[in-house]
Amino acid sequence: MADGGVTDGPDKNDDVERAKCEGKEMTKEEKQRLRKEKKQQKKSKEKKDDAASQESEKGKKSDGKSSPASQPLPKPTTQKAPSAVPAPAPFPMPASEAPAPADKPAKSKAELKAERRARQEADRASKQGSKKGEVGPQASAGKPKAPPSELQPVVKRLPEHMQVDNPDVLKKLAKKLERQQTPGHNAATKVEIPLRLDYGYKVSLFSHLHQYSRKAPLTQQLSIPSTVIHPAIVRLGLQYSQGIVAGSNARSVALLHAFKQVISDYTTPPNEELSRDLVNKLKPYISFLNQCRPLSASMGNAIKYIKKEISNIPSQCKEEEAKRKLLNCIECYINEKIILAAKAIAKYSIEKISDGDVILVYGCSSLVNHILCEAFEKAIKFHVIVVDSRPRLEGREALRRLVQRGISCTYVLISAVSYILPEVSKVFLGAHALLANGYVMSRVGTSQIALVAKAFNVPVLVCCETYKFCDRVQTDSFVSNELDDPDDLIVTRKGKTQLEDWQQVDSLGLLNLVYDVTPPDFVDLVITDLGMIPCTSVPVVLRVKNVDQ
Amino acid sequence: MPGPDKETDLTERIEAFLSDLKRGGSGTGPLRGSAEMARETTSLLRRITAQARWSSAGDLMEIIRKEGRRMIAAQPSETTVGNMIRRVLKIIREEYARSRGSSEETDQQESLHKLLTSGGLSEENFRQHFTALKANVIEAINELLTELEGTTDNIAMQALEHIHSNEVIMTIGRSRTVEAFLKDAARKRKFHVIVAECAPFCQGHKMATSLSKSGIETTVITDAAIFAVMSRVNKVIIGTQTVLANGGLRAVNGTHTLALAAKHHSTPLIICAPMFKLSPQFPNEEDTFHKFVSPHEVLPFTEGEILSKVNVHCPVFDYVPPELITLFISNIGGHAPSYIYRLMSELYHPEDHEL
Repeated sequence: MADGGVTDGPDKNDDVERAKCEGKEMTKEEKQRLRKEKKQQKKSKEKKDDAASQESEKGKKSDGKSSPASQPLPKPTTQKAPSAVPAPAPFPMPASEAPAPADKPAKSKAELKAERRARQEADRASKQGSKKGEVGPQASAGKPKAPPSELQPVVKRLPEHMQVDNPDVLKKLAKKLERQQTPGHNAATKVEIPLRLDYGYKVSLFSHLHQYSRKAPLTQQLSIPSTVIHPAIVRLGLQYSQGIVAGSNARSVALLHAFKQVISDYTTPPNEELSRDLVNKLKPYISFLNQCRPLSASMGNAIKYIKKEISNIPSQCKEEEAKRKLLNCIECYINEKIILAAKAIAKYSIEKISDGDVILVYGCSSLVNHILCEAFEKAIKFHVIVVDSRPRLEGREALRRLVQRGISCTYVLISAVSYILPEVSKVFLGAHALLANGYVMSRVGTSQIALVAKAFNVPVLVCCETYKFCDRVQTDSFVSNELDDPDDLIVTRKGKTQLEDWQQVDSLGLLNLVYDVTPPDFVDLVITDLGMIPCTSVPVVLRVKNVDQ
Repeated sequence: MPGPDKETDLTERIEAFLSDLKRGGSGTGPLRGSAEMARETTSLLRRITAQARWSSAGDLMEIIRKEGRRMIAAQPSETTVGNMIRRVLKIIREEYARSRGSSEETDQQESLHKLLTSGGLSEENFRQHFTALKANVIEAINELLTELEGTTDNIAMQALEHIHSNEVIMTIGRSRTVEAFLKDAARKRKFHVIVAECAPFCQGHKMATSLSKSGIETTVITDAAIFAVMSRVNKVIIGTQTVLANGGLRAVNGTHTLALAAKHHSTPLIICAPMFKLSPQFPNEEDTFHKFVSPHEVLPFTEGEILSKVNVHCPVFDYVPPELITLFISNIGGHAPSYIYRLMSELYHPEDHEL
């Protein structure tokens, strides 16, 4: 009874006050009651703000959503508040509350437990409420979710490909690959996504990274049936591991096309929702691709985007429509972030190229090649110096493309850079990713070129699309890198191969790094599709992008 | 008759040496090391001194200068040849002065007062004839030869003073001096060596296999990874082709990048160079500073379609300015780059700088 509840409170209070005023020795029970009351008063003071919202929530739920047990127990706390402060606030209360305060002295521990339980259920209920989008204040009653514009304490999980030296992590990965099989299909014949083994002696500084051999691709000993991994993904993985598809833009576009194939071949199994099931289907594919070659930052961002789009598909959407929508999203992503971005970057860069310039480029960056071809179309007269390095020799590909267009070129190896740099007026570099602390992650050798250019006072311009910006920070090229096949370093000159049996010699190691980081003081300007920014403005762009999304 | 036979024999040897020089500079790295080149030049000069016909020191110096100019013209990039010739000329001057009885000090002092008042060298025409001069000169050249034999060992003996245990040392290409230096230190200390392979000739590979066979923990990296790896390196120890008069270097290509990376990380750069590599040239004096080899090493003929449309450069040497160098270790000890000019005045006479 509402009255019962209200009268009980003041009664109890009178007892306590009587005991205090009389100064008599309080009984054990009275002392316990006093302590409990003080605790509850403190808690009720905290919950005073939530009292009104809780009450409205309770009001809506009085239809019988939550169990009756949960209802009275938060009530005592809200009741205490008005009773301690003698301001009677009439609350509509179900009668079941009455017995609870009356049994209070005997049930001290039980009540505390019940209170805790009630608080948890209230949180859960409020979370449910916010998910269904019922009431605004319910969201604030639940745990306050930090909006993306606020600073969040970031505790990120360290990616697995950087913890090769930790045997527990490797065991966990093997288990994860097993778990990601679609259950029920091949329960009898358990075909596993294989775990790729490392190859050769690893330099001790890099023992935390994988080192695979190109001669032993993942699928050589094993045939992976299409029920486990979609054949388009298997083909993509092999193309990655053999280096047929290389370069961060090319890899992202190939990945997105493969995912389009996967989505169009997908059928929702019965009793499953497309939004949740498709995301689960993609997980083993991504693990497989990661085994073939560690994912790049651009691929990671693309995958995040796809997963977000899939989980945002409303449940009442028909399968055909949902698939069409997803395919459309992917097309838009490729168009906006890669193709149109390249056009915008070319437009900005052409302002920086003038007649008579000698431009130095390193390796084969699709974006930089595009810029140079566009500039040549605009009839600007310039000369290009292509710098190349072993063992990938990607510069030859860039040289072919530029010479085909008719651009006059010079070709040197990276050890001759300090010979040729006095003739150079500008350096254009491509990037694999831009890190949040302003460092540029790019092909190994880029930082060296930037260093020598700085020593000769030649401006260094980095061209990068915004979808390659990532949240990570890194200060050196050791902690997070990729080790390529060490056998690539072996070369035969004049019939003699010096390093042929490098595996037999114990103390000899070959190191074939793929990426390195350039500090921001070597870079003068970064040209992105949002404009021309200094290297240190990368976290600002990331923040703006997050708020937009 | 002994005279003409000796002469023809001598001219034959000189011609053989010259053609050897011309052939040896094909750019795949020196077919013989600089030490061998120095030894051969000195022995040839000793033979000239013994077998040629000359009556006074002036004649001998004239003959040596003439042959020397031909040798240098045959292979301008091989500076040890020129260095040895200048050393021998200085030996001749010293022996002549000693035979005359005048003290060596006064001849060598180039005080400003002397330059102004004397107006060039007065009666140093080296026309006097001394019988013992030939024997003295040959003996001095023999001393020079023994000094040349011991340079590598002298440098290697200093290794333990510069390398502590558990170090990471970086080097580039292949230098026999540095190889001996590191192997000597490895007898007593354990350390790790990173070798940059130095494309396109990839001599670093040979250096790495040789070092690892002596039990040194070696890693081979590509030239592009030099800056990436430099943050973990404690010292950079390299050899060089020539030490220039200003303390700079003319070393294998890629060394300038290595020096800049070391400077950026404040890593000391140590050069192991014997004294016969010290040359009185300055970097901007001659057009022959840079030497190029066939671009086929960089862009092979298999890339035929684009070869005709592009320029390809393959320089062999790099200039390293003295500001980037920390220390020179030579067979007579360690020096700072700023001290090199002083050492030069001890080795060569200023008149011989231009042969």
